[in-house]
Amino acid sequence: MTTIISHLFLQHYWWVIISLLAGLLIFLMFVQGGQSMIFSLARNNAEKTILVNTLGRKWEFTFTTLVTFGGAFFASFPLFYSASFGGAYWVWMAILFSFIIQAVAYEYRSKPANIYGQRTFDIFLFLNGSIGPYLIGVAVGTFFTGAQFSLNDLNQVRWATSWHGLEALLDGRNLALGLTVLFLARTNGLLYIINSIDNNELTGLSHRKLIMNSVTFLVFFLFFIVSLLLSSGFAYDRATGIVSMEKYKYLHNLIQMPLVLILLLAGAAGVIYGIAGALFRHSRKGIWFTGTGTVLTVIALFLTSGFNGTAFYPSTFDLNSSLTIENASSSQFTLKTMMYVSFIVPLVFGYIWYAWKSINNKRITEDEMKMEGHVY
Amino acid sequence: MIENLDLSLVNWSRAQFALTAIYHWLFVPLTLGLSYIIAIMETIYVKTGNEQWKRITRFWMTLFGINFAIGVATGIILEFEFGTNWSNYSWFVGDIFGAPLAVEGILAFFLESTFIAVMFFGWNKVSKKFHLVSSWLVATGASLSALWIIVANGWMQYPVGMVFDPETARNEMVSFREVLFNKIAIYDFLHTISSGFLLGSMFVLGISAWYLLHKREEFLAKRSILVAGIFGLLSSLLVAYTGDLSAKIVSKVQPVKFASMEALYDGQKNPGLVVFGILKESDKMIGEKKINDFVFKMEIPGLLSIMTGDGKDTFIPGINDLVKGNEPMGVLPVSEKMERGKTVRSLIADYKTAKLSNEVEKLQGIRRMFRDKTFIDNYFRYFGYASIDKPEDVIPNVKLTFYAFHIMVMFGFYFILLFILALYFLFRGTIIRKKWFLWIMLISILFPYVTGEIGWILTEMGRHPWIIQDLMPVSVGVSQIGTGSVITTFILFAVLFTVLLVAEISIMIRQIKLGPKH
Repeated sequence: MTTIISHLFLQHYWWVIISLLAGLLIFLMFVQGGQSMIFSLARNNAEKTILVNTLGRKWEFTFTTLVTFGGAFFASFPLFYSASFGGAYWVWMAILFSFIIQAVAYEYRSKPANIYGQRTFDIFLFLNGSIGPYLIGVAVGTFFTGAQFSLNDLNQVRWATSWHGLEALLDGRNLALGLTVLFLARTNGLLYIINSIDNNELTGLSHRKLIMNSVTFLVFFLFFIVSLLLSSGFAYDRATGIVSMEKYKYLHNLIQMPLVLILLLAGAAGVIYGIAGALFRHSRKGIWFTGTGTVLTVIALFLTSGFNGTAFYPSTFDLNSSLTIENASSSQFTLKTMMYVSFIVPLVFGYIWYAWKSINNKRITEDEMKMEGHVY
Repeated sequence: MIENLDLSLVNWSRAQFALTAIYHWLFVPLTLGLSYIIAIMETIYVKTGNEQWKRITRFWMTLFGINFAIGVATGIILEFEFGTNWSNYSWFVGDIFGAPLAVEGILAFFLESTFIAVMFFGWNKVSKKFHLVSSWLVATGASLSALWIIVANGWMQYPVGMVFDPETARNEMVSFREVLFNKIAIYDFLHTISSGFLLGSMFVLGISAWYLLHKREEFLAKRSILVAGIFGLLSSLLVAYTGDLSAKIVSKVQPVKFASMEALYDGQKNPGLVVFGILKESDKMIGEKKINDFVFKMEIPGLLSIMTGDGKDTFIPGINDLVKGNEPMGVLPVSEKMERGKTVRSLIADYKTAKLSNEVEKLQGIRRMFRDKTFIDNYFRYFGYASIDKPEDVIPNVKLTFYAFHIMVMFGFYFILLFILALYFLFRGTIIRKKWFLWIMLISILFPYVTGEIGWILTEMGRHPWIIQDLMPVSVGVSQIGTGSVITTFILFAVLFTVLLVAEISIMIRQIKLGPKH
């Protein structure tokens, strides 16, 4: 088996899995997107209850996907885990803090004797909804714009600035990607609400808000994509491992990997089709198109950042410390073992789909909030 | 590696990890235990069709939900902290350690989070059977989560199934089976989840006792005591049994921890097992560390060797033997291990030099050595000692380890007795009248929490200074970030977790006072 499945194949296989998890994560952040509008979308308490409960039934999927994304990254590309998490300390910590407060906010917000009051927990939801997607976008931005670190002989990371990750906020493209992810999450959040809530006030307002949010998303997305295609990228020589700057690297990647280009275009088309359907035909199914589109687009971006001899976590401080899917990965044995484990993933998707459908088979109404035993 | 020895950074990083782990462990055991108790109760409901059982199930489920959320919140930090605060460790072992974490996400967390939604929101939406299956799957998912993280932890206690690759400067997995079926991991897993079952049972018992004391919800309380009493008794027996198995393995693979658990300084054949004792620092020293003497102790002669499972003539090395060596008994001194560790380190340096000058044969030779069993058993296994300053640095905090172990064992017996008494009074029908016992049950909710935390303190502090036993000390594994940053996040975590904990307890108490809704 070892001779058949090469290390290089496994490294690519796992980068695809990481990309897929990233795609699912960004899609599932519709929960965060919805949370970021908790104060502007609901105009009274009954509406807020419906809104929070609609999102709240899905928050754990997003959370679990984030945790699994982290675990899978650790297992397949441990050098990224140690270099980025240990170096860009503050960015990751800020993301984590925003998720800690989310986990309890749903469960505690409407419970009697919660000490800090419902508003505090709603603010927690708002903070997680705004900061989480934004910072995750910024962090992913560094996959293209680079970070400032070096590795020693024993592959131990040294961060070159005392900002420990916060310096990523100074790069325009990182900021653009952060805002892209945030407004995409909000767009998906609105489409999810339109899809699953049976309340004309809420869905009507969601339709109206969709225009601003989707246009903002598209502007930042286009800005990011165009600046990415025009920028130089971090290429490495497969034989020597030496990293160098290549003009229009990411544009070249898309041209040299037509399948990835198709994924990117199909993904973008899906997102736009979903938004347009909701805006012009008042379709409720928009989320499925934007959702699928989101997953495909993110996969395409990740593949652009790591395939075709590209360093996926470049170091602008010391080019040759840059991480590639080849130098940052786990051993052949571990990747192979994990590949067998990954074969179970379709089964996991299967039961998630089944359980999701059985809960979402009817749209959520105000009456249900009064009947239901477990209300957030 | 000298630059790594910033003690305040190491200690703050340790403190932060300890803080998050201790907070996390305030919530996880209840999830582990209560999930099964709920599933059992719901099974009775589905079998009997008695709506009262549904009411009981749903009541405990509400409390389960309150606890679950905060368990999740504290859990995500731990996973990422391996990267943020122990990045050198993450690279050194990521090839082995990462896999269980990924499997945990794929196999366990999704199971838990998918079906927990059905459990809470599916009552009126899915069939009774599907709901019941979901409840069991949540319980299974919770236990599986524990399995994978403890497999990872077990590997840190007893690293197996890997070889070191000088090219990448890390350990690489060669046998997933050895990692998964590592004895320490298996026994610790069983010990840990059964302690969670025990805690869940005690929680149910204590709250039921509170209802009986207030003459409320008698039906719910008695039925709950029945289920939790039986489940708790079985769990407490399993806790004791697996604890014993675990100690046996520790005596083989972590002898310093084992000797510290008993405060055994001078090794001997056929030593006694200390049942109870009080330690005091004496003027005698090992290197620069003071030795702890017993002010008082009660011991059962000859039992310790039996406990290790090797018969009474086996020599059990003490801390002195393990640090200074005991040649007749075949115990290597730490100084020798340090030398051997340094030999390994210079080999890695040789490898790097040979690589620069492209000496192919030398490179191959060194790589072969790292795969040679004799070299691994006699040299590589002491690699971490290269970064140890003084031999006595391998001694953990003996007092802490000793007391932690003994308090844990004492409570272990206490729990068995308590569950037996609860069931006895319940079957005699006298439990309502035994006010004193109801109070004991109520207060005893706290004890499994204390015991569980102490158990982890013993497991983790008892192997100090090792982040990976004998291979990497904490000082080498830590991330190079400013101490100030770590202090800041430590304070932020401490404040935030405490704020959330206070809310959790307050909400929990209010829900108990309100009682079941339906």
